[in-house]
Amino acid sequence: MVEWTEFERSTIQSIFSKLDYDVAGGKALARCLVVYPWTQRYFGSFGNLYNATAIMGNPKVAAHGKVVLQGLDRAVKNMDNIKATYAELSVLHSEKLHVDPDNFKLLADCLTIVVAAQMGAAFTAEVQAAFQKFLAVAVSSLCRQYH
Amino acid sequence: IMSLSAKDKAAVKAFWAKAATKADDIGSDALSRMLVVYPQTKTYFSHWKDLSPGSAPVRKHGKTVMGGVAEAVAKIDDLTGGLLTLSELHAFTLRVDPANFKILSHNLLVVLATQFPEDFTPEVHVAMDKFLSALALALSEKYR
Repeated sequence: MVEWTEFERSTIQSIFSKLDYDVAGGKALARCLVVYPWTQRYFGSFGNLYNATAIMGNPKVAAHGKVVLQGLDRAVKNMDNIKATYAELSVLHSEKLHVDPDNFKLLADCLTIVVAAQMGAAFTAEVQAAFQKFLAVAVSSLCRQYH
Repeated sequence: IMSLSAKDKAAVKAFWAKAATKADDIGSDALSRMLVVYPQTKTYFSHWKDLSPGSAPVRKHGKTVMGGVAEAVAKIDDLTGGLLTLSELHAFTLRVDPANFKILSHNLLVVLATQFPEDFTPEVHVAMDKFLSALALALSEKYR
């Protein structure tokens, strides 16, 4: 069981309450596809991913980024039970989508960068630690059902 | 190794021109974050009196680290040759586990995002990430 301090809980709730899921998810996914281009392998049906401009303007990327954030939202709402909350999602990513779990960390890092840019100085070291801990738990839970 | 293209080098130099004026703050902030978010890195600084964010030893060392980054930008066309002395220092004297270079790089990128939210675009991000990876590789050259 993951132990969360009061600071960590309130920090996570606060960050996600301030995120525009319509925008932030797409930004994080687009950044991931640009910074780690091999991740594009999972999005063959998304059309034009030929350069950074195309990726950042691609509506399918934006839409899918929102889906990802909505998935994270489930963890935000179930912080004491992320493993169970993500059991089916983990099976989906492993059995159906065949995503290399290393990619989860890459997307998590890109989301961290997006949040850092949005929050500026408010994204202190302690806030960063809480956010990265949350993402690490989410990623770990997503990896759980791989075999 | 994913080598730096001419486009990458241009992006790094252009962005660095903007960031260089805040180099000391960036170094101090990145180091402070590293020590808080990745507490295992504190093991390298047991000789410091104060490991808290923004403390005097952290500020001083952040400045030293950014001096190295500035040198790397200047020698971007030959990082391995240009950083030979620094590599020897890290390999034989400091003996920092190279996994930590990745950790510090990540925190540098986070600081750049907070300080330059408009300029740190995905394209600048990928160029800086590649550059810091190449820098880390050059620093690891002499390890074994």
